[in-house]
Amino acid sequence: MKGFDYSRAEAVTHAAEQAREGARLIAGGTNLLDLMKLEIERPDALVDINRLELGGIERTEGGLRIGALVSNSACAADERIRRDYPILARAILAGATFQLRNKATTGGNLCQRTRCYYFYNRDQPCNKREPGTGCGAIGGVNRIHAILGASEACIATYPGDMAVALAALDASVEVSGRDGSARMIPVRAFHRLPGDHPERDNVLEAGEVITAVVLPEPVGGTQIYRKVRDRSSYAFALVSVACVIAMEEGRIGRASLAFGGLAHKPWHDPGVEELLVGNEPSDALFDKAADVLLAEAKGQGANDFKIPMTRRVLKGVLREATGRAV
Amino acid sequence: MPLTINGTDHDFTGDPRTTLLDFLRDGCGLTGTKKGCDHGQCGACTVLVNGQRINSCLTLAVMHEGDAVTTIEGFGTPEELHPLQEAFVRHDGFQCGYCTPGQICSAKAMLDEAANGWASFVSDDITAPVSLTRDEIRERMSGNLCRCGAYSNIVDAIAEVVEAGR
Repeated sequence: MKGFDYSRAEAVTHAAEQAREGARLIAGGTNLLDLMKLEIERPDALVDINRLELGGIERTEGGLRIGALVSNSACAADERIRRDYPILARAILAGATFQLRNKATTGGNLCQRTRCYYFYNRDQPCNKREPGTGCGAIGGVNRIHAILGASEACIATYPGDMAVALAALDASVEVSGRDGSARMIPVRAFHRLPGDHPERDNVLEAGEVITAVVLPEPVGGTQIYRKVRDRSSYAFALVSVACVIAMEEGRIGRASLAFGGLAHKPWHDPGVEELLVGNEPSDALFDKAADVLLAEAKGQGANDFKIPMTRRVLKGVLREATGRAV
Repeated sequence: MPLTINGTDHDFTGDPRTTLLDFLRDGCGLTGTKKGCDHGQCGACTVLVNGQRINSCLTLAVMHEGDAVTTIEGFGTPEELHPLQEAFVRHDGFQCGYCTPGQICSAKAMLDEAANGWASFVSDDITAPVSLTRDEIRERMSGNLCRCGAYSNIVDAIAEVVEAGR
C-alpha cells in the first residue's frame, strides 16, 4: 500500500475541504482498503469521516432519511425499513457477508467500484483505472460484463445490490458541497454510463460529500428483489431485479423496476413500467416488457447468456409479483 | 491512540497503513487472529469490534480509537473453554484449525445478531423473530471459509450451542 497522510474530519465542511484531487474519504473502507492494498487506489491523503454526525435513520415528511454512515447491517435491521421498504432490506442482505455489512456504510456502498477483472489487474489495460490505456474486457474475459449502456471505452458493471433497490424505490442521495450547500441527486441519476469517461463512476463533484440517502414515503405493493449469481451466498449479481408492483382490479396499477448486473449503473427503463401499467398481467405482456428492456442489449461474447437470463428473471419476478406464480 | 483489546488497554502509534489485523498480530502479539486472504474474502481475520464482527484485514488500526476489540484470546481459557470452543472440539469442527478463531468469533456475533432479530438472505419473513435453522447458520457463516471443508461439523457445533441456548 502506498503511503498517505491520515486525518480525521470533524465536520462535513471540513471533509469537503479536504476532499481534493488525490485524496479519498474513508468510512467503512471495505472496498477502498482492498483497492489500496492492490494499489489500484493510490490516495496521498485519507480523510476518515467516521466521527461525523451522519449516523441514524430519521423520519422525514412521509419517508426516511438514512445517514450516510449507517452501516448496511443497521439499515437492513431497522424495523421501519424491514416493514415499509422490504425490497431495500432484501437487497442489502443479498450482498456481501455479515462481517462486511457491519462495516460497509450507506454512502460508501453507493461509491463502491466495479469488480471487472481488468480493473483489478494492474498488468492489464483499463480505461477506468488508467484512462487512455484501453479496455481488456472487450474481446477478453467478459462473463460478468455489461449488456446495456456500455461504450467502446468500458463495459464494466456497477456491482452493488443496495442501489438497485434504491433505484426501484426512487430514493435520493443527499450531498453536501464544499461551500456547505446541499443538493439532492436521484439515485437513478447518481451513477453514470461510462461513455468516454469510465474513470468517473458517478456524478459527485470534487469536494462533495454524501450525507444521507432519502427514501420517499412507503410505496406498498408486492416487493421482490431477485438475484442470480454463480453461488448462493457471498457473490455479486450476474443479473438482479428489484421490483415493486401494485395490482388494481386485476390490472397492474403501479410498477417500478430496476436491474443490477446489466450496466455501469443500476438500470432503470421507464418504458418497461409504462408498458406494464394499466394492463392485465400475462406472459405475452411480460415478454413485451422484456423486449423493451432488452431492445438495445448487446452481448460481448462470454456474457451473451445474460440477455436470455434477464428475460427469464424478469418474467419470473413479474409472474410472482402479479400473483401468476408458477 | 488508545483502544482496548480483550479488556486490556493498548496504544497504537504505528504507520497509518497498519491494518487492525497486523496491529493485533505484530503489534500486540495476539496471533490467534489469522491472516488468510487479507482481502475480506475468507473471514480468518474476523474479530469483534464493540460487539460486532468485522474483517480486521479491511480496516485500519488508526480508525479504532476508543473501540473495544475482542479476539479469540478473549474467549475462554484452556481450562475453561467458551461453549462455542467446546462444541467445536466435540464436533471436530476443523481439520487444520487455521480458520477456527475467525469461525468462533463470527459464530459468537451471529448468535447475538439473531437474538437481536437481524434477518438474513434466507429468512422467509424478515420481520419475524429469527430461528437459527441449519440453512440460516450456513448463510450467516458464509463469510468464513474453511479450506479443509469441515463445514458440516462447524454447523453441528454451532447448532448445538444454539440448541443449548433455547
